[in-house]
Amino acid sequence: MQADLNIILPEIVISVYAIAALLFTAYTGRDRMAGMLLWLTAALFAAMALWIGTTGQGTRTAFGGMFNDDGFARFAKVVILLSAAAVMVMGQEYMMRRKILRFEYPVLIALSAVGMMLMVSAGDLMALYMGLELQSLALYVVASLRRDSAKSTEAGLKYFVLGALSSGLLLYGASLVYGFAGTTLFSGIIEAADGQAPVGLLIGLVFVLSGLAFKVSAVPFHMWTPDVYEGAPTPITAFFATAPKVAAMALFARVVHDAFGGVVGDWQQVLAVLSVLSMFLGAVAAIGQTDIKRLMAYSSIAHMGYALMGLAAGTVFGVQAMLIYMAIYVTMNVGTFAFILSMERDGQPITEIASLNNYSRAHPARALAMMILLFSLAGVPPLLGFFGKLYVLRAAYEGGLAWLAVAGVIASVIGAFYYLRIVYYMYFGEEREPLETSRSPVQWSFLMVSAALMLLGIINMFGVEGMAQAAAATLVN
Amino acid sequence: MDNLLSITTFIPAIAAAILAIFLRGEDAAAQRNAKWVALIATTLTFVVSLFILAGFDPSDTGFQFVEEHQWLLGLEYKMGVDGISVLFVLLTTFMMPLTIAASWNVTKRVKEYMIAFLILETLMLGVFMALDLVLFYLFFEAGLIPMFLIIGIWGGKERIYASFKFFLYTFLGSVLMLVAMVAMFSDAGTTDIVTLLSHQFGSESFSILGIHIVGGMQTLMFIAFFASFAVKMPMWPVHTWLPDAHVQAPTAGSVVLAAILLKMGGYGFLRFSLPMFPVGAEVLTPLILWMSAIAIVYTSLVALAQEDMKKLIAYSSVAHMGYVTMGIFAANQQGIDGAIFQMISHGFISGALFLCVGVIYDRMHTREIDAYGGLVNRMPAYALIFMLFTMANVGLPGTSGFVGEFLTLVGIFQVNTWVALVATSGVILSAAYALWLYRRVVLGDLIKESLRSISDMTGRERAIFAPLVVMTLLLGVYPSLVTDIIGPSVEALISNYDTDLAAAHAANQIAEASH
Repeated sequence: MQADLNIILPEIVISVYAIAALLFTAYTGRDRMAGMLLWLTAALFAAMALWIGTTGQGTRTAFGGMFNDDGFARFAKVVILLSAAAVMVMGQEYMMRRKILRFEYPVLIALSAVGMMLMVSAGDLMALYMGLELQSLALYVVASLRRDSAKSTEAGLKYFVLGALSSGLLLYGASLVYGFAGTTLFSGIIEAADGQAPVGLLIGLVFVLSGLAFKVSAVPFHMWTPDVYEGAPTPITAFFATAPKVAAMALFARVVHDAFGGVVGDWQQVLAVLSVLSMFLGAVAAIGQTDIKRLMAYSSIAHMGYALMGLAAGTVFGVQAMLIYMAIYVTMNVGTFAFILSMERDGQPITEIASLNNYSRAHPARALAMMILLFSLAGVPPLLGFFGKLYVLRAAYEGGLAWLAVAGVIASVIGAFYYLRIVYYMYFGEEREPLETSRSPVQWSFLMVSAALMLLGIINMFGVEGMAQAAAATLVN
Repeated sequence: MDNLLSITTFIPAIAAAILAIFLRGEDAAAQRNAKWVALIATTLTFVVSLFILAGFDPSDTGFQFVEEHQWLLGLEYKMGVDGISVLFVLLTTFMMPLTIAASWNVTKRVKEYMIAFLILETLMLGVFMALDLVLFYLFFEAGLIPMFLIIGIWGGKERIYASFKFFLYTFLGSVLMLVAMVAMFSDAGTTDIVTLLSHQFGSESFSILGIHIVGGMQTLMFIAFFASFAVKMPMWPVHTWLPDAHVQAPTAGSVVLAAILLKMGGYGFLRFSLPMFPVGAEVLTPLILWMSAIAIVYTSLVALAQEDMKKLIAYSSVAHMGYVTMGIFAANQQGIDGAIFQMISHGFISGALFLCVGVIYDRMHTREIDAYGGLVNRMPAYALIFMLFTMANVGLPGTSGFVGEFLTLVGIFQVNTWVALVATSGVILSAAYALWLYRRVVLGDLIKESLRSISDMTGRERAIFAPLVVMTLLLGVYPSLVTDIIGPSVEALISNYDTDLAAAHAANQIAEASH
C-alpha cells in the first residue's frame, strides 16, 4: 500500500492542492484570490512536470495493475502539465480584464489535470473511466464559465450532453469487453484478445474506441468541437485544444496497445478510417469559417487525424510519431492561441478572421510570428509542423498504410488553403480599421517563443525525439 | 574550407536576420540601408560561390565539398555539389545581385521585400546543394513561402489569385513526392542521396486495384517525383500556374521565378528521376517526350496570341523548358548536356527579358503590348539590348540560346525522330512570336502620345544588363565553358543509367522465366 501511494504521489499532491485551494478560497477571499491562485496552480504544474520528468525511472505498477507509471505515461504527463500551465498563465490577463476569472477556474483545471494524469496511466477499464470522467466533468463546468453568456452556457451544455453520450458508449463497450474477457485489467484483456479475439470483444473494442474518438474529436464524433470552441471563453478554448487532446490521444494509444495489442489488424482499420475522415473534414470544413476559433476547431480535428495516422500504424514507431506529433501540435497551438487571446478592438475580444486585415503593417513582429505558426500548422517545411507530419507519414507507410499517407498529404494541401487565407488577410489585405492587440507581455512572449521553437526546433527538436522513442518503447513490446 | 557550401547558402539568410532584427523604421534612410545590405550580401554570396567554382574539379564525377552532420529521424544534414549542380549554384548567386539591383525602385515595405528575397536565395541554393532527400524537400518546399509573399504583397492587381494558385498548385505537386521519399527511406533505410543513387529500387511489375503497373515501385515513385518536378518545370499541361504567377509577380520575382525556380524541376529530374528510377523513366519516356513536343508547339502558339508582354515571355519559358525535358529524357550525352546548357542559358535570357519588360513597366506602368510601339526612337540603347535578348530567345547562333536548343535537338533526333521533327518546328514559332513582340513594342514610328517623354535606360539599368549580355554572348561563342564542367558528370550519369537499366531488365527476365 505504501509503495502504491508513492507511485501516485504526483496525483495525490495535485488533488490535495485542489481541495485545499477550494476550501481556502471558499472560506476567505472569493475571486480576489483567483489571479494569485492561477499562477500558483501553473507553478505547481510546472514543478510537477519537472519532478515527473526528471525523477521517474523504469516501469512501476500500482494497485494490482490499475495504475501504470512508465516512460510513456511520464512523457504524456509532462506534456499535459506544461501545456496546461502555459495556457493558464497565458489567459490570466484576458480573464482578469473581462472579469471572468473566478476562483473555481484554477481549481477545476487542477482537478481535470489529475483526471488526465490518471487517464494516461490507466491500466484498467475502471481506472480509465474514472480518469476520463474526472477530466470531463471539470471541463464541462469550465466550458460554461461565462455564466451570463448564452453562447458559453450553450457550449457547456452541448459538451456535457454529447460527452455523456460518449461516456455511455464507452461504458457499454467496457462492459462488453469485461463480459468477454472476464477482467477489466488491460493485462488480462490482452491475453483474452491474443490473435483471435471473440466477436463480442471486438464489438466492445469498437464502442470503446468510439468513446475515445469523441474525446479526441475525431470524425464522425467531432460535432461538439466547433461549437464548444467558439462558445467557450478563449482561454478555455485554448485549454481544450491542448492538454485534454494530448491526454485523450495518449489514452487511445494505451488502450489499443496495452489492452488490444494482440489484435492490431482489427483496430487498425478503425483508426485508419477515423484518421482519413478527420483529416479531410478538418481540411474542407475549415475553408468556409469566418471565426478564427471555429477555424482552430476544424484545424484541431484535422491534426487529430494526423496523430491517429501515426497510431494506426500499430508499431512502436507509430506511437513515437504520435507522441512527437502531439508535442509539436501542443506547442503550435499554445502560440496560436496566445495570438488569438491578444486580438481585440476597444477592449472587446475579436475572433473574426477578416479583422486581421493588414495586421502586418501595425504589428510586424507579431504578424511574422503568427505567420510562422500558421505555416507550421499547415505542415510546410522547414517548420517543425512539417517534421510532425513526416514522422506520422513514415509510420503509416511502414505500417502498410501507404494509401493513408497519400490521403494525408492530399488533405494537407486542402488544409494549407485556410491557413494561407489568414496569412493573406494579415499581409495582402487593404488598409482598414486596424485591429488592436492587448499589450500583455505574457501573451507576447508565448507567441514569440512558440514561433521561435517552430524554427529552431528543426535543428534537433530539443531531444524530444529520443524521449518519445523511449516512451513509445515502454508502451509497445 | 570544409563548409564552404554552408557558408554560401547561409550568408543571405544571415543578412536577412540582420535586417529583420536591427533595421527599424520605414523612412528613406532605412529603405536605402535595406537595399544596400541585400545587395552587399548577395554580391558577397556570389564572390564566395566563385571559390566553389575555382576549387571544383570537373574530372571528378563524385560529389565535392561534402559536409555531413547527423540530424533528426536518422536524416542527415548533407551538402555537396557535382558537375550537374555546381553551375546551378553559380547561376543562382549570379542572378541574385542583379535582381536586387533591379528592385531599386521598390518603395513598398522595402525591408520585408529584401528579407523575402534573401531567404529565397538561401533556400534555392540549398536545393541545389542538398544531398539528403528530406533536406532537399525542405529547401524545395520552403521556397514557396517567400515566393507566395513576394507575389501576394508586391504583385499586380490579380496578385491574390496568382499567389494562391502558385502555392497550392506546387504544394500539391510536391506532397506526392514526399510520400515517395518516405517510401524510399523505408526501402533503402537511408535518405542519403549518394547512397540512394546506387540503390536499386524494385522494378518488378505488379497490379494494384486491377491496374497492371509496368516497372512496379520504380514507376510509382517516378510518377510521384514527376508530379512535383513537372509542375515546377512547368510542363504542359500543368503549366497554367506559371503565366498567372509571372504576370502578377513584381519584376524581380519574375526574374527569379524564370531564371532559377523553374530550373529546380529540371535539376530534380537529373538528380532523382533519371538515375534513381531508370526503369520507371524508361516506361514513361515516350509520354514525356511527346508532352515536351506538345509543350513546345502549343505554348509557342499560345504565346503568339498574348496581349501582355510578361505573359508572352512566360509562355515562351514553358516552350523552352520543353526542350529541357526533351533533352533530359533523350538520356544521351548531347541531350542532357543540351538540357543543362539550355537551363543555364535560359536563366540569363529569360531573366533579361523580364528585366526588359520591367524597364518599360517602371516608366509606363503597363505591360500591354498595344500600349507601346516605336520605342527605338526614344530608347536606342534599350532597343539594342532588347534586340539581343530577343535573338537569344529565338536561338540565333552566336548566342547561348542556340547551343542549348541545338544540342537537345541533336540528342532527341537519335532517340525519336518524330518528336525531333515536331520540336524543331518550335524554333520557327519562337522566332515568330519573339520577333513579332519586338516589332510591335520597339520598331515603327512613335505615335503614342504617352510615349513621347519616355527616357532611355539609366546607368543602373545598363549596369544590370551588362553581365547578362556578356554571359549570353560568351556562352554562345564558347559553350565549352559549361560543357567542360558538366560533361564528365553527365557521362557518368548516363553510363549508370544504362547499366542500371540493363541490370534491371536482366533481373526481371530471370524473375519472369522462373515464374
